[in-house]
Amino acid sequence: MSFRRIGLGLAAATMLAGMALPAFAQDSVYVPLFTYRTGPFAGSGTPIADGMHDYLRMLNERDGGIGGVKLVLEECETGYDTKKGVECYESVKGKNPVIVNPWSTGITLPLIPRASVDKIPILSMAYGLSASARGDIFPWVFNPPATYWDGLSMIIKYIGEKEGGLEKLKGKKIGFLHLDAAFGKEPIPLLQELAKDIGFEVALYPVAAQDMQNQGSQWLSARRDRPDYMIMWGWGSMNGAAVKEAVRSGYPMDKFYSVWWPGEDDARSGGAGAKGFKMLNWHAVGTNFPAIQDIQKHVVDKGFSKAQKDKVGELLYNRGIYNSLLIAEGIAQAQKVTGKKAVTGEDVRRGMENIKLDPARLKELGLEGFTDQLVLSCSDHNGHRAAFMQEWDGTKWVKISNPIEPMTDRVKGQLEAAAKDYAEKNAGWPKRTEACDKAS
Amino acid sequence: MDILYKVFIEPFVFMGEAPDLLIQTLWEGLVSGVLYALIALGFVLIFKASGVFNFAQGIMVVFAALTLVGLYEKGVPAFLALILAALTMLVLAVVVERVVLRPLVNQPDIILFMATFGLTYFLIGFGELIFGGNPKEMITGALFLPQGTTELDMLGGMVRFQHLDIAAAVIASIMIGLLAVFFSKTRIGRALRAVADSHKAALSVGISLNQIWVIVWFAAGLVALVAGIMWGARSGVSFSLQIIALKALPVLILGGFTSIPGAIIGGLIIGVGEKIGEFYWGPLVGGGVETWLAYVIALLFLLYRPQGLFGEKIIERI
Repeated sequence: MSFRRIGLGLAAATMLAGMALPAFAQDSVYVPLFTYRTGPFAGSGTPIADGMHDYLRMLNERDGGIGGVKLVLEECETGYDTKKGVECYESVKGKNPVIVNPWSTGITLPLIPRASVDKIPILSMAYGLSASARGDIFPWVFNPPATYWDGLSMIIKYIGEKEGGLEKLKGKKIGFLHLDAAFGKEPIPLLQELAKDIGFEVALYPVAAQDMQNQGSQWLSARRDRPDYMIMWGWGSMNGAAVKEAVRSGYPMDKFYSVWWPGEDDARSGGAGAKGFKMLNWHAVGTNFPAIQDIQKHVVDKGFSKAQKDKVGELLYNRGIYNSLLIAEGIAQAQKVTGKKAVTGEDVRRGMENIKLDPARLKELGLEGFTDQLVLSCSDHNGHRAAFMQEWDGTKWVKISNPIEPMTDRVKGQLEAAAKDYAEKNAGWPKRTEACDKAS
Repeated sequence: MDILYKVFIEPFVFMGEAPDLLIQTLWEGLVSGVLYALIALGFVLIFKASGVFNFAQGIMVVFAALTLVGLYEKGVPAFLALILAALTMLVLAVVVERVVLRPLVNQPDIILFMATFGLTYFLIGFGELIFGGNPKEMITGALFLPQGTTELDMLGGMVRFQHLDIAAAVIASIMIGLLAVFFSKTRIGRALRAVADSHKAALSVGISLNQIWVIVWFAAGLVALVAGIMWGARSGVSFSLQIIALKALPVLILGGFTSIPGAIIGGLIIGVGEKIGEFYWGPLVGGGVETWLAYVIALLFLLYRPQGLFGEKIIERI
């Protein structure tokens, strides 16, 4: 082949690429979805991935995307592995993603310093670095609707109310069963602070990732320590195995609480003995919402979903929907504040700061009553919304409490200190220069 | 002084004060130990026959259990699914022998070891493709495995015995016993031992190396199936089970890579050792010692018996 032909070929390819790129930029926005459908954490990752994908796909099928632009969806399998997650980020960042969802606290942490450099907002929905709720210090990171610290404070508050007041927790022992990883350790500083303030004792039960299905020792230790309550911060196959072990060891299930991550399969694995197991949640389960019925009609029934039909509407599937609701709303708000259709990461960061999911907006989106309202702003990237307690009745989750507000008075100071500490420890942490929209 | 008291006195005082918890810990350790031994047995069988540390043994446990549960979910009756899962392990043994072992015969051991790495990742991907990545529940009831708990008041306290754990210990012990008899008393067993001693000598007396490898990989597959059923019944069937299988590594270091009794004794020492260590000494360092304690125990043994408790002492002319 002559150099002339090679040159012509290259020129033609460049022209074609040049023609294709503007078309891509005009008509669509790129939304990568970091998922894990394989590995030890797939039990949690798969239903969330399905819910995330199916909601956005439904918007494409039903409405032709958002505000007239199609969403280009692409999954990147992380296996809940930090290294793979960072590789996913590196592979997608050149494609101008409008937002990134790491779906792992471990992956979120190394991405936080990159976000402001690459101008790609990070959505770590109810996970990640609690301190990143501070929009003035972390303008590119969003972790609504509640931080892990909020979640822990809600569980302690609920337990306290059961005992007749927080002060009644004095002298009690609270066990903390957690994945021995960044995610599981995240709320420990607050737990220890609360223990000091209120006067309860903490017993930590770390579960190494390789021992998630081998928790005999932790539950034996629980039998030795006799914690009055057990709080779980688990993920993947750890949750189901913990419920099983709790039943096996005879731990009273009505004293066993979890943060918002177990799903129906985890509770089911404990059989009839799992009845009474409790966890936090902030959204509905089931399919009785027009938007979810649209997912069934436009995505599941047409074979565009990877989810089994009977899994649609389950807890973690709906959690994925909630995550995509935030993505979609961030894009819609970005379009609104910029007047552009094909928005960029910088625009969506502004859009996220303008999210106002009030009951009227939720109704408009076909999700009336699906969740409590959420308002984000320039300074508050979290919302610190209330969650409610739900209980496993042997076959399904049953809501058993009113919304539990986080202990803002106790969490806020810690959060501010942690955010400042992060900025100081990471030398050269940039001061926020991004302007705040008047609306937020 | 305080730390010395906490390390050397307090745990033993606690053992005396709450003997029921000591019994419970020993029991939990024994059950884990028997299951570790069962997994280690799979490694030993293959190592004896081919000198290869089969890294894929862990994923074979998951693959066998997933095949069983997957077939059952497709409507196959439980015991037919059990037979079909066993046959799948036979097919896997034949394929491994044909595709992996035979072409690599006479290659250095490290090449075969690396090949088992490849096999591991192939089985992970293949398994996830067929069965999906979601954890599954073992079909405990359909296999008539006992459930429930017996609580015995003893030594001023209460000890809980899960019926499933008792069944696991009994079934694993029977399995280990049968394999021990099979490989020590039968013609095939003697052939296996000949192969283990010397491939060339075994070939010279007419033993088919290929046949032995298929039999051994099939036996390891059956062991994996039983281990998968038992461990799956305890904590669910998911791909993280394969990591637990690597707990067999310190068992092998301790018991020796070539000894069936070594796998059993090693399994029990590691199982009981890690539970006792975690329960009585773990709190001193914030818990979580179980993950590495097994390796420390194995390393201590290595210092004094590099070939393991029951391994063959290798003397080579240099």
